[in-house]
Amino acid sequence: MSSHVITVPVGQAEARPWVDELHQWVTTVDHKRLGILYIVSALLFLAVGGVEALIIRIQLMHSHNNFVSPEVFNRMFTMHGTTMIFFVAMPILFGFANYLVPLMIGARDMAFPRLNAFSFWLSFLGGLLLYFSFLGGSGLYGAGSAPDVGWWSYAPLGARAFSPGHSSDYWTLALLVSGFGSIGTAINIIATILCLRCPGMKISRMPLLVWMNLVMAGMVLLAITPLSAAQIMLLIDRYLGGHFFDTQAGGSAVLWMHFFWIFGHPEVYVLIIPCFAFMSEIIPVFSRKPIFGYPVMVAATVCIAFVSMSVWAHHMFTIGMNSYANSFFTLTTMAVGIPTGIKIFNWIGTMWGGRIQFKTPMLFSIGFLFQFLIAGLTGIMMAASPFDWQLSLSYFVVAHFHYVIVGGILFAVFAAFYYWYPKMTGRMLSERLGKWHFWLFLIGFHLTFDVMHIPGILGMPRRIYTYEPGRGWDTLNLIISIGAFIQAIAILVFLANLVISYFKGARAGNDPWDAWTLEWCISSPPPAYNFAIVPTVESRRPLWDLKHPEDPDSRYE
Amino acid sequence: MLRRSSTVRFLAQTILLLFWSAMTVWASEPKGSSSHGTNIFAPASSPAKSIADLSVFVLVITGIIFVVVFALLAYSVVKFRGRAKDAGREPAQVYGSTQIELAWTIIPILIVVVLFLATARVIHAIQDAPEPADAVEVTVIGHQYWWEFRYPKLGIVTANELHIPISDPSHPTPTFLQLLSADTDHSFWVPELAGKTDLIPNHPNRMWMAPLRTGVFVGQCAQYCGTQHAKMLLRVSVDGPEDFDAWVRAQQEPAVEDAGATAGKQVFESNACMNCHAVAGTGADGRFGPDLTHLMSRATIAAGAAENTHDNLRLWIQNPSAIKPGSLMPAMKLSDTDLNAVVSYMETLH
Repeated sequence: MSSHVITVPVGQAEARPWVDELHQWVTTVDHKRLGILYIVSALLFLAVGGVEALIIRIQLMHSHNNFVSPEVFNRMFTMHGTTMIFFVAMPILFGFANYLVPLMIGARDMAFPRLNAFSFWLSFLGGLLLYFSFLGGSGLYGAGSAPDVGWWSYAPLGARAFSPGHSSDYWTLALLVSGFGSIGTAINIIATILCLRCPGMKISRMPLLVWMNLVMAGMVLLAITPLSAAQIMLLIDRYLGGHFFDTQAGGSAVLWMHFFWIFGHPEVYVLIIPCFAFMSEIIPVFSRKPIFGYPVMVAATVCIAFVSMSVWAHHMFTIGMNSYANSFFTLTTMAVGIPTGIKIFNWIGTMWGGRIQFKTPMLFSIGFLFQFLIAGLTGIMMAASPFDWQLSLSYFVVAHFHYVIVGGILFAVFAAFYYWYPKMTGRMLSERLGKWHFWLFLIGFHLTFDVMHIPGILGMPRRIYTYEPGRGWDTLNLIISIGAFIQAIAILVFLANLVISYFKGARAGNDPWDAWTLEWCISSPPPAYNFAIVPTVESRRPLWDLKHPEDPDSRYE
Repeated sequence: MLRRSSTVRFLAQTILLLFWSAMTVWASEPKGSSSHGTNIFAPASSPAKSIADLSVFVLVITGIIFVVVFALLAYSVVKFRGRAKDAGREPAQVYGSTQIELAWTIIPILIVVVLFLATARVIHAIQDAPEPADAVEVTVIGHQYWWEFRYPKLGIVTANELHIPISDPSHPTPTFLQLLSADTDHSFWVPELAGKTDLIPNHPNRMWMAPLRTGVFVGQCAQYCGTQHAKMLLRVSVDGPEDFDAWVRAQQEPAVEDAGATAGKQVFESNACMNCHAVAGTGADGRFGPDLTHLMSRATIAAGAAENTHDNLRLWIQNPSAIKPGSLMPAMKLSDTDLNAVVSYMETLH
């Protein structure tokens, strides 16, 4: 297969003026360039959201601190949450999906390349719109700057009576605009996977990464649409005299909660399922074994997608639902732990009996498994709704979901960076800097988020800009803040690695990890058309078959 | 190899240093008698106690799961690490096993069934508990950023510091709270007495507490409600039966008329104060701010943000932002004479 590849001669694509180069990037419809644009824009927002997190952590370092005013603090946690979910986590995962899905199914691009570009620019401009609130929010009417309503913007706090001016409108519009981008990308991913697979790639032979991104895209369609609907209803409330969520005129605050969380909980799985996808590609390659229980992994993913659509009200255990509703959502939430547990077991089953190579992608993957296990178990604790009546809205919850998002999603994304960066750039990331990055980040992460569970148990609510001395929270918060700075240093090491390796990294070659999926049979970076001749596959691991003609997978499937 | 071991040593030293400094700071933290620690595992009341019991049960089960799965993970990482002698050879390619998949599907299902049944029992016991005839009823109204407490059966209105009686298990006198909101969402959370329940406009909620020991229990608003969410603090005083009755009798009285405070009363009633604050037995009947009839019976002002002292009262009336920036209490900008008079008046409201 690799013999059919036409490699672009070195030097042919170089020496263009930078304006041309920029123009090419801005007008590109190539799925690989758009994937990289998604990832780079997400890294920019990651830096901004990270600075906001550090401001929060400096303010909370000790009781009665005056580093920022309550108004600024409230803007910081609102912007931190909104940025990290909508403009870091989603774009970075969409970026990898965009880059990898066509390569892994032997396609030459996404199904709708121009829709792809349109979706990216919508999402990116949504992010810019959100940050324009710092200027526009007060520039027009002098009524505050960035939104300060929390990333849920619970009714009626988001109503005009309590959020005058335009700051929260930037939040609404940014999410609405980027939401349309997400829907476009989801449609594109689904169409690509269903229609553009190369000959021989039956649905049952798709790499798990492709399967899981298919499920993720389906969930995006179901999750983002209610959010967009709710945002439009909110705008109607604020500007056209509607009363959906306007409690002072008989509207319902609880209705907003339902709308938000029927988006919000599937969203967690929209973010974590692509990370399961990274794990399902990386762990087998570095264990030198195929994924354990491929059909079970697919079934578990689909099962998670279905069950996770019926768990949203576990975010609302404290709002006074009746005992039947609380019991129902307790059951569904605990039930979603079953397929998730199956996945963890299957990854361990993949490592079992393998020859594990501790390259940086694998280190981050093992970190993921460990932290995701703990995050899942604290999730089970909060699924028990009486326990949640104590833990909900406290720092325990903050610790729990950062365990999922940082300990799970971000670790998996780092693993993906170290694994696929060679394919994207043609250069290896430095293993030495990678190990510094891993260990520093691991230490910082555990210092921050392990400790953060404790103030929650000791009664510290989230979203408070200060607290009274003598509650026993001072020392814990200081440790949490120290950990945050260690994580920040680790992120700087990572960014330095990205830049330095781009210029000085070792040449990657086509297949640096001795891997088995189609993207590794073409040059790094791949040519614009991906495959000179569309490949034909006969099993789930086409490159294994090629490398081991005496014992191909196709014999067992 | 040498380089790697020095890296490891450096990391180990860093961890030890951080641990040591954290411990030092912890030890040096003041732990005076005025400190109010809260802990969800130190319940002093009925629903908090059954929640804590369930929580320990869930913790034990999840703890066992953690130990088992972590052991499997650690074992496979150590045991199946790649060794130099294996270089170039691939391990046996195993694709799966139906029996093993079935085992690790069925065992988690059984665990979930057990956890769910244990949880559902506690949900039912807490949420569907009938209200006994002797129950004390309180209507809690959340405001940006303070708490209004009304005892409809007893005719009492107060703020921020709730008084409830201890509940003898042989003759229970639990307190049932009806939770309302005047503006945004809030959440009533006193960890040692009960789990939290939100106060949502247009959506009345209910919760109850049956305290088992006396004392002052602190908590605060747990649902983000606006700029000063952080200083919407909450104190619940659990009183013995006699103390509670005495408190009720004192609160039912109208405000004390003190001849020495007429000047201050006049300032209070001729300024905007009485638009928002009520003092029973006088013309002041505003409802936007806390009822001040028995202000001096409370240990704190500004929803727990400051102690109820002469200086704090003075500062609060003159410049609330100094204590609680973003609070809806306006700065009154009184002259020194008027300010002193009105503070003296406040100090007569026992």
